[in-house]
Amino acid sequence: MKHRTFFWFILPSALAMLLFIALPVVSVAIQSLYIEHSKVMVTVESCGPFGCTKDTHVDAEKTLELQRAEPLGRFNGLGTYFNRSHLAVAEIGTILANNTGLSDVAGRIYALPLYRALAFTLAYCFLVTPLAMLLGFLIALGVNGLPHLIKGPAIFISLLPMIITPLVGSLIIYWMIDSNGIIGANLQALFHDPNLYLKASPVLTWVVLILYGIWTNAPFSFVVFYAGLQMVPQDTLESAMVDGASRWERIRFVVIPSIAPLATFVALVQLMDNFRVFEPIVGFNAEANASSLSSAIFEDLHGQNAQLFGSAAATSVLTIIGVVILLTPVLIRTWREFSRKAV
Amino acid sequence: MSAATRKKPLPLAVISGVFIVAWLIAAAFPFFWTVWGSFKVEADFFSRLTWWNAITGPVTQQQIGGSFIGAGYYGAWVTNSFWRSVINTAIVSVFVVIISLTFGTLGGYALARSGQRYSFWILIVALVFRAMPHITLVSGYLLPFFQLNIWGHLPTAIIVLVAINQPFTLWMLHSFFLGIPKDLDESAMVDGCTRFEAFRRVVIPVMWPGVITTGLFSFLLAYNDFAVTAMLLNQDNQTMVPKIQSFMSSIYQSGNVMYAVAAVVSATVPLFILVLFFQRQIVSGLTAGAVKG
Repeated sequence: MKHRTFFWFILPSALAMLLFIALPVVSVAIQSLYIEHSKVMVTVESCGPFGCTKDTHVDAEKTLELQRAEPLGRFNGLGTYFNRSHLAVAEIGTILANNTGLSDVAGRIYALPLYRALAFTLAYCFLVTPLAMLLGFLIALGVNGLPHLIKGPAIFISLLPMIITPLVGSLIIYWMIDSNGIIGANLQALFHDPNLYLKASPVLTWVVLILYGIWTNAPFSFVVFYAGLQMVPQDTLESAMVDGASRWERIRFVVIPSIAPLATFVALVQLMDNFRVFEPIVGFNAEANASSLSSAIFEDLHGQNAQLFGSAAATSVLTIIGVVILLTPVLIRTWREFSRKAV
Repeated sequence: MSAATRKKPLPLAVISGVFIVAWLIAAAFPFFWTVWGSFKVEADFFSRLTWWNAITGPVTQQQIGGSFIGAGYYGAWVTNSFWRSVINTAIVSVFVVIISLTFGTLGGYALARSGQRYSFWILIVALVFRAMPHITLVSGYLLPFFQLNIWGHLPTAIIVLVAINQPFTLWMLHSFFLGIPKDLDESAMVDGCTRFEAFRRVVIPVMWPGVITTGLFSFLLAYNDFAVTAMLLNQDNQTMVPKIQSFMSSIYQSGNVMYAVAAVVSATVPLFILVLFFQRQIVSGLTAGAVKG
């Protein structure tokens, strides 16, 4: 294809991505260097019959004027990055210099907002992804063994948890685990503990969120692995049987190697999606016990009183750096494959 | 392979059967439960006495004399004008699908036919863009959109969703176009078509299955989105998902949880119908990227 033709064909798509993905990244980077204006204070001296009092209050008009003139706020350099709600360099220094052991360090670092969000995001990513893949693989094996007639309905039902709107799906589960809902009430009865409440403690909230993640992520692995199972070479399976391989050995040495390339693909897609875990935290109303990087940004932007653009932007930049780190191995591999092909 | 050798030993067959049944219940039960419960009053669906009340519905019986009540739906659709959000969602998803597919087929076709080094780089950059959490981009939009005075309108949300959707659409359509032999468009060009005519008259007609599959996923992205629509649309233009979320914060005080339950069920039904009719396309779309590349 000629360069010129290529250019015109790719133009609309490239322009959309440039304007609404690349440019916002730049905008986020710039915003993160600024911080909200402090309120303009005025001191008014009001004199009455009993003497004069000095009164300090916010000058709303001047504050608004300043905001209009410089919507970005005032320049703060990298200050936002190092403050308490982000990298918290000073706080970490104090904790490391002055602590009573490893669990004390971990506990106090976890109390810092960014590290709290990072801890949950990473835990979610690296627990949900492998567990959902394992569950998906088992479902694929199970559905593959079903009689032909009920395979279709089984696939239909298995797709539901994935296709459902994330926020809606988490609300449905949230109502079921409510202490008056079916799962919550039955768990209380089962453990004879009327105070058992899945939303009450951070640990239980984490468990619920991760179980929910596995529930919505498993169908994707299932579908891909199920398609992979249809393409497992039948002759190899048969010859393995002739050689006396047991059922497990056939899965271990024939099926798994032939769908391993699919597993890397699934893992990549799931990791990318799980790294931005966000809706479940809003749906489960779990901000008090768990926050992710995305939900932390949302909180900053959604604030009732003021939107903290600078703070949200700094978290965003750190998140983007996280995404790039997560993707680096994949990018390097793709690059190697491509250059091998080119040579 | 003969049927006898494939047959599973009994214990294994039982375990695998029980496992599949357990999974299918876990996957489907929450939906049936919520649909059923949405026609009860709150005192039944969130019964303090026993969860069995949500099935039999004694309070619902008492209040209206029947087993099913549509008050939740009336409250959501009419009193809280959920219908407006439904229309907004319809507008947003339809336009996102149409524009995404137009941009995506053009770009995906070019990438599939180019073979130059830069087309590889565009795909890699698209992969990185695909991984970007949407909310980080949203925090980049807000200030500029306030300044340009385009915040809050449906077209803004539509074009943003189209852009966010492009990386995925490009990858998917690119892999579908690779499956169409080059000779097809080249012979059309030998016959005197320009590149664009060949694309429009020869390639697109055989691409419909791929276009429909990609369109389904564009639809799902627009329909399911929360981050973009919640932050970029004003109160009047809200789509269904942010509307449901704003229900959640307001109804707990007024005690109308059933409104939200009804709204949630209403938002789920179209997705059910979609899977029912397009199951094959969804499955093939999910596997297309994996099996080919």
